[in-house]
Formats: sequence, structure tokens, C-alpha cells
Amino acid sequence: MVLKSSTRMNGSRGSGAEGVKHSDFKQGVIDILPMTIAYAPIAALWGSFAAAKGLTPLEAGLMSAGVYSGAAQFLVIELWGTGIHLAMLGLTVATLGLRHVLMSASVSRHITVFPRLKASVLLFWLTDEAWAMIERRALERPITASYFFGVAMPLWPNWVFFTVVGAYLGKAVGDASRIGLDFAFAAMFIAVLAGFWKGPKTGAILAASSTAAVLGKLYLPGAWYILAGGAAGILVAVATYRADSET
Amino acid sequence: MTAEYSVLLLIAIMGAATYATRLAGYWLLQGKTVTGRFKAALDAVPPAILVAVIAPMVFLEGTNNMIAGAVTVAAAIMRLPLLATIAVGVGSVAALRAFT
Repeated sequence: MVLKSSTRMNGSRGSGAEGVKHSDFKQGVIDILPMTIAYAPIAALWGSFAAAKGLTPLEAGLMSAGVYSGAAQFLVIELWGTGIHLAMLGLTVATLGLRHVLMSASVSRHITVFPRLKASVLLFWLTDEAWAMIERRALERPITASYFFGVAMPLWPNWVFFTVVGAYLGKAVGDASRIGLDFAFAAMFIAVLAGFWKGPKTGAILAASSTAAVLGKLYLPGAWYILAGGAAGILVAVATYRADSET
Repeated sequence: MTAEYSVLLLIAIMGAATYATRLAGYWLLQGKTVTGRFKAALDAVPPAILVAVIAPMVFLEGTNNMIAGAVTVAAAIMRLPLLATIAVGVGSVAALRAFT
């Protein structure tokens, strides 16, 4: 249904035929496929953690479908049963998700032609992984709703399905880090980063961000290191900005 | 199979909090044209956040991750396709962990 309406929307933009939309969707699916595979064992691992804390497979699946954030879900399972207040938990999850505000702000510039409602629905699936893929694609060509949907779709059911499997298997789920799959995320981000290289200025941003993130991880609670790193990089970009060099 | 009321409430709160963060940036910038310094700041978001998310994973979790990170950076600089770069990263960290 979403696909159908996306064709209509893009038709009004004059960007072409049904076949193009179809191939955009397919390209999105292809782009996100490696992460989809890498995430199966990670989802199963979370499912087994959730089961160990007493969640039923249905509850684990519902949480994966409704929250759909690996970082938030691993955190809540860690805090589960520690007597933390629900409101406090919501606040913690929101701070953990603050990076999404920046991601969504950045992505908003690539999806200005989407109707607001459609954009808002699609943004539900704006995971770190989908975001990285969309930013990568946006370096080369415009983002269509079909592409966004193609990137979003494989990951979500995959994440839900394998958390349920993991919750059923419980302790039988092995450690995904033995085969290095926990590193797929870092490797993907490094690969996407390469596309953003624009010379020494980018180097300065990356140096500031990574330094602040590492220090933040060491000295700040929770997930504040991501914002600390992001803020440091953005500050460097603003400080080194020259009006005449704008492209 | 069952789902307890308190768990459903938790899911609703967490889900709403997460979705709100994913919507916020988009809605804050709705209909705004971004130029100058602010544009430079937004342009820096992808590289700055990408590296901030993974830096602790690469630099703080032992030598294996650091070496695998360096190998992956080399693959990325060589402009290997995305899938190949991920394979190089995962393969190198798995190999390092197997032999250390």
C-alpha cells in the first residue's frame, strides 16, 4: 500500500516510471541486506536476554516491533527488574535516542518532497543502519520514498522475527561476537564514512568527534558519548566554516 | 503466549520516546531553508555522528577491534564495495579473535 502511494507521489514529481520506483525499492533492499543478515544473530541474542529476564516471546517480539531500537532494547533489558521507574526509563530511552534527532534533521533535507505524513511514517524505521544507507545514497542521487522503504523493510521484520526466535531458544543462542558479527555495524559505518571525505576539514571533524566520543564513553553516563562526539564534530565544522567556500 | 499489562505499557513508553526522537529533527526543520553556518553544521552531522557512534567500539574494546578498525578503514579508502568492506571488517575481527 505504501509502495503504491509512493509511486503516485513520485509521479507528481515527474521523476519517472513505475520501473524506476521498483528498482529504487530493490536497490534499497540490496543495500541493507548485509546488515539484515548481520542483525539476525544480534536480534536472537537480545531475544535470549529478554527471555532470561522473564519476557515471553510475544512480549519480546512486540518490543522489537514497537520500539525497534537495538540500543534502547539492550539497555532496558539491562535495567529490567532493578526497580527503575517507568518515567525514568522513558527519559533514559529518549536520551539514548537523541542522536536520532540529528539523524532525522540531516535526513529531512533529502526528503523535502515527501508529503509530511508519508515522511513521518517512514521515519519510524530510521534506525542507525537505515540512516547511514540513506545518507550514503543521498551523496549520489535523490532519495525516493521507494528507496527509503526498501532500506527500511528488510530490517524490521528480520529484527522482530529473530528476537522471537532468540526468546524461544533462550540460552541456546550462541555468542555472535565469536564470528565477528558484532563488528559488522562498525565496519558498515566506516564504509559509509568514506563517502563523506572532503579533505582535511573532514579530517578535523572526524578527529574531534572520535576524541570526544571516546572521552564521553569513558567519563559520561549512558549514551551521552554519541552526542558529545557529534557536538564536537559539528562545532569544528561551524568554527572552520568560511562563507566564501560554500558550495 | 501472553503479554503483561506492565510490559505493554513499557513498550508503549519506549516506543513513543524512540519514535519522537526520530520525528523531531524532521519536524524542527520543516519548511526551513538552511544556509551558511547552520548548513555547515548540518552537513557535518553524518560524518560526526557516524564516527561518534563507533569510535568507542573501535578504540576502547581491545587491540583486536583497533586493528580490525584500521583494516576496515584501509578497505574503505580503497573504495571497496560496501559489502566487501563489511566482509573485510567482520573477517578480520573474527580472525584476530580466533588467533589471540
